[in-house]
This record gives sequence, C-alpha cells and structure tokens, in this order.
Amino acid sequence: MLKTFPKGGIHPPENKITAEKRIRRMTVPKVVYVPIAQHIGIPSEIIVEKKDKVEIGQVIAKSGGFVSSNIHSPVAGIVTKLDMIIDTSGYKKQCIVIRTDVKNESNFEEKDYPLKSQIDMAPKAILQRISDFGIVGLGGATFPSHVKLNVKEGVKLDCLLINGVECEPYLTADHRLMLEKADEIVVGIKILLVALNINKAIIGIENNKKDAIKLFKELTKNESNIQVAALQVKYPQGGEKQLVKAILGREVPKNGLPLDVGVIVHNVGTIFAIYEAVQYNKPLTERVVTVTGKKLENPSNFWVKIGTPITDLVTEVGGLPEGTRKLVNGGPMMGKAIKNTDVPVTKGTSGILVISEEEASRGEAKNCIRCGECVFVCPMGLEPHLLMNLTEKGFYEKASNEDIMTCIECGSCSYVCPSHRPLLDYIRFGKNIVKKLQTAKN
Amino acid sequence: MTDSVLYSVLLLASLGIVAAVVLYVVSKKFYVYENPLIADVDEILPGANCAGCGSPGCKSFAEKLVNTEDISDMFCPVGGNEVMKQVATILGKEVAEKDPTVAVLRCQGSCEVRPKTTEFQGPRTCAISAMIYSGETDCQYGCLGDGDCIKVCKFDAMYMDETTGLPVIITDKCTSCGACVEECPRDIIEMRPRNKRDLKVFVGCLNEDKGGIAKKSCAVACIGCSKCEDICPKDAVVMVNNLAYIDPVLCTLCRKCVDICPTHSIIETNFPPKKPKKVVAKKNLIKKEATVEPLNVKTDA
Repeated sequence: MLKTFPKGGIHPPENKITAEKRIRRMTVPKVVYVPIAQHIGIPSEIIVEKKDKVEIGQVIAKSGGFVSSNIHSPVAGIVTKLDMIIDTSGYKKQCIVIRTDVKNESNFEEKDYPLKSQIDMAPKAILQRISDFGIVGLGGATFPSHVKLNVKEGVKLDCLLINGVECEPYLTADHRLMLEKADEIVVGIKILLVALNINKAIIGIENNKKDAIKLFKELTKNESNIQVAALQVKYPQGGEKQLVKAILGREVPKNGLPLDVGVIVHNVGTIFAIYEAVQYNKPLTERVVTVTGKKLENPSNFWVKIGTPITDLVTEVGGLPEGTRKLVNGGPMMGKAIKNTDVPVTKGTSGILVISEEEASRGEAKNCIRCGECVFVCPMGLEPHLLMNLTEKGFYEKASNEDIMTCIECGSCSYVCPSHRPLLDYIRFGKNIVKKLQTAKN
Repeated sequence: MTDSVLYSVLLLASLGIVAAVVLYVVSKKFYVYENPLIADVDEILPGANCAGCGSPGCKSFAEKLVNTEDISDMFCPVGGNEVMKQVATILGKEVAEKDPTVAVLRCQGSCEVRPKTTEFQGPRTCAISAMIYSGETDCQYGCLGDGDCIKVCKFDAMYMDETTGLPVIITDKCTSCGACVEECPRDIIEMRPRNKRDLKVFVGCLNEDKGGIAKKSCAVACIGCSKCEDICPKDAVVMVNNLAYIDPVLCTLCRKCVDICPTHSIIETNFPPKKPKKVVAKKNLIKKEATVEPLNVKTDA
C-alpha cells in the first residue's frame, strides 16, 4: 500500500497530455517584461534605469528585505522603460521592460551544461549563493528559498523532502524536469544536504509518474542518504503539510511550518535551480512551463525566460484555438485566470492552461444542501461551508476562530460542491480580511 | 363552589403581591442611574442608526454627546446643523457647524463607453471582485458595478441603473452618512458639499493611467490633459497622477472646465440649460464627435 495523507483529498481527472513531450527551448522573445513582484514578500527594488545596457544574469532589481529576492535580467539587451503592466493579479504592477539585443550571442546560446557532481562550496557560501541568485520556490508559491533554508540555531532539522508530486492536473513541468535532469537534481539534493548539514533526503513522487520513480530509484541505489517515496495519486498531495504527513507521518502544527517538525520541503524545480546556481553560477532567469489544453494543436513543455509574454508561448503551441474561454496561469485547481495574453511569465508560472468554452463555465450557485462533501474532502480538516457562511455574513472573528487562516486554498471544496457554491472565493476573501484585522491588532 | 373561586382569587392576588414586592426590591437594588439628558438627546437624533457619526447607533451617540466635555468634533451627518443646534441648546455645549454634503459617484464608465473585456462568474460583490482581479473592464480604477454601496445604503438613496451598470445616487434621499464611501473598495464615492440648488461640478473619473491607455479602456476617462487646470480662474483644479481633482472649497461653479474637457469626464449637476450662444454651438460639435454624454448625472429616481 502506497503512502498518502490521511485526511480529505480529491481525484480530479489527470489530463497530463504533455507528459511525453520533451522540454523544448522557447525562442528568445524580442522584448521581456520583468515584474518586480514575482515572489511572496516585499517587492524588489529596481536598480537599473531607462536606456541602461544589461547583461544576461545581471541583477536588475535588488531584494527589498529579508523575505524578498533578487531579480536578474533574463536577456542581454537594453532597458527600454520602467512601466506598469498587468500581471497575474489583474492589476497593473511595476515592471522592467528589456529589449533583447539580437546581436548579442549570449542570448541565443543553447548550452546544456555537462553534469558537475563535485561540490566545492562551503555550506554558508551555498546559502548565500541561493539568496543572491534569486532562487524562489518554483512549485508555484514563490516563497524565497533562502528564507526557508535559514534554520535558526537550536532548531532540530533532520530531513529534507523533495516535492516531485505535481498533483495538479494537466501540469507536467516537474515530471519532465525529473526525467530529463535527474542526475542534476540528485546533485542538487546533495548540495542542500551539505548546506543544511543533515543526511536524510526523501523524494516524494506520485505513482502516476512511474518512469520518474524508477529512474530516481535507479540513481539513488548507492546513495544511503537519499530515498524515493512513491505516493498514491491524490490532490493536493503537493501541499507542504500534506506531503510531510504523507511521507513522514508528522503533523505540521496549524499556523506552523514544516520546520517545526524538523523538515524542509523543496520542489524539484527549485532543486534544479539551486544546482545551476551553485555549480554553474547561473541565476534564476528561466523555468519550465507547461503550455497545455485539450484543444491546443501542439501542447508542450518549454524552457521559458522569465518575462516572456504569454502571447509568445501561445503562438509557439499553435495559437489560441477557437472557442477558448479562459487562460489560466498555473494548474486548473490553484491557478489564476489571467486578463489577457500580454501578462508575462514569472518565477511562479508553472503552466499556462487554455480552457475551452465547455470546461470554463462554473455552474449557477445554489443553496447549500448540507451534504458535507466539502468537509469530507478538506485536507486541512476545516468546514468550508461554515467558513463561507461566516465570511458572507461578516463574522470575521468567528471565522478566525474556526481556523480560516489554515486553509491552503487548494479548491477541493469548490470542486466537489454539488451546488456549485463559490466556497473558495469567500474563504479567500475572509482570509484576506482576517489577515488585515490581525495586522491592525498587532 | 364559592370556596374554589375565593381560593383562586386569593392565590392570584397573593402571587401578584409577592411579584410586586420582588420587582420593587430588584428595581431599587439594581437601579442604574442614567442621565435624563441622554433620553432627551436621543429623542432629537434622527434614529436611523446609520453609524455615520462613528458610533454604532443613535443611542450610543447620545451617550457620547452627553458624557464628553468637548463635542465640537462630533457631528450627526444625517440630522445636520439643525439637529446639532438643538443638541447644543439642550446640553449647553459648543457644536461644530458643517456644510451639508452629498455623495457623488466619480465614475461614468457605463457599459457603452467602457466595454467589458473579460467575464467573471464568481460571487458578485465588489469586495471579492476588487480582491481577486481588476474588474471585467480594462479600467482598474472605476466602478465594479456589483453594488456593494447599494446594499449598505440604509436610506434607499441608491439604485442600480440597469442600462449603464452603474449605481445612481438619489440626492434628495442621501443623508451623507458615509456608509457607501466606506464600503466602496475603490473609493469612487466622495462626499461633496451641496448648496441650496444642489449645483455641483466634479471630475467623474479616477483613472490614473496615462492618457492613451485611459482613453482606450474608457471613452469618458480623464486623460490628464491639464486643460481644466489651465482654464480654471480660481486654481481649484489639481492634477495628481494624470488625474484632475476639483477642490470643492475653491470651485466657484463657473463651469469653464466642463466645457473644455475633451472627454467630458467633468460632471455638472442641476445647472439650468445654457442659453444658445456661439460657444454652445461649438461645444455641440465636439459632443457629436465623441458621441458620448455623461450618463450618471440623474438626481431623482
């Protein structure tokens, strides 16, 4: 019997149509739009000016505080303007517009670096490198990695979990990366083990990626400190707390972090970025993006420069098919619908999902029939119907007492609700208000 | 037979007496002194419990008025100066005098002039809409049209105009309690002074984008051209972030800015129609070109 988390969870259709497609390199865009708020925390501070010439990998925005991250230029070129552009939030945000220098060859080098497994750096230097090179969690939440790795003295840490679950339907970015860069990921794990000074790492992979499980088992045969855990297929297993529970059986306390139970969780994409940063001095300027959708001509996985407009990605897969209703940044469960195709790819874009008319409609919201489905599937053990009612009526204090803040916004409740109630919309709204009230109190 | 009647009468009478004694003792024992002035003041206050004064209701505002030494910073916007004067005579304290105000909607982005570019299927409340995306149109400053302001208005002074998709404020019913101002997630509703004939001139737009972008998303957007600022004889127009704002204190309602605004984003209300002059003919010409007229300047239902 394979492991999984015990409470709740759902089984949406997987639709991993791009699982067999090799990751292709996107053509370098003519213009990149690099937003300065790509990560959770404080937005970065722009340190370039209009008409500045920038090199590939040069820092263009400096970390704005501890929970923040550097941003590097994805291309060599000229800063044409500092503009406001609509990002995934739907609002106009500050961003740096860089025109690619077509004569500069460094833009078009398609280098596949050879594997370098010798680790020369000291733990402190590795952590510093991760912080300097703008590495953030590439699973989708974009939490700055150096903050996660900053283990205070006296905190007991014994295990590093590698998240290769990719439980979101449609997305295959992590899956492909695991297949194509397996050796590098194993080295990346070793780098983190050195940096954190621990000797246990477990890679968690869901059983729908049997090839990846097999490959990693093969590679880690002789590594005593790296294990592979095959997991049952269940959404949202990629959530940190669910993954810790599934693999180690440890319960992360509410409002706590995995570090409270001696665990740090990192996505495979992040591990690969760390590998490149440490071994090849390569800052985070590109990532794997799955561009997918049932009606697309040629859905595929791409290496995409940060800041590439989504239009380019859509053209690359054969353009928007007729009857397209919705474009989602991320997976269908936790992704966010975007306003237009000018929105750029950011560090958190794991996929672009093109949804047709039939799949996009939401269904009319009806009354709650008290079936309890939402309570049954909630992986955090909350009562979504209650939280929604409380927020709808403005009882934020009560909602806070019902642990609204522990909701991980996985959307399982909205997915199963037979009355199509907008549970997550209200819970998210309630979380927002409760957070504001809490900060006002402090 | 007569006995049972007698007994029941006696029993009831004695029960009544016992209850009366208990009630008397309790009322004496647990008596709470309340300043009789509070009841008097509460009587005068409008009794709408709208919370426009900052207190949760009229009773608590009355208590506050009676118990506070200096009440010059307290004001009942619904009752206005009249009520506050009466309160002053009862309490013998100084009260502030404020010009009456009325809520105005600073957005003219009707469905016609501000086309919808996306569609949202989630719950229709402005608060959620503003939190998760920037609205169904391309303007991220304008009215979301989900009517949170109408829901909070306790005086039925607002309704949704189905054709424009914008809320309309009925000025005669508006008590300027400020509930809608607080509720609007985009600060579109503003309290502006009202004079006897309710003449007002204000900028009906909050779009801070540069001219071209603003105009693209909405035909009646303020494009930040500063023409109004230049023509204003009283320096009442301020330009901040590509957006004009007319200071109600300095404005003398000369309406020069209304005529010059190329996008008709400055709204005038309740002015009598102008006599036909050469200038007017010119203005009509411009209007024909734009084919857009200010839509939400109705003042009665």
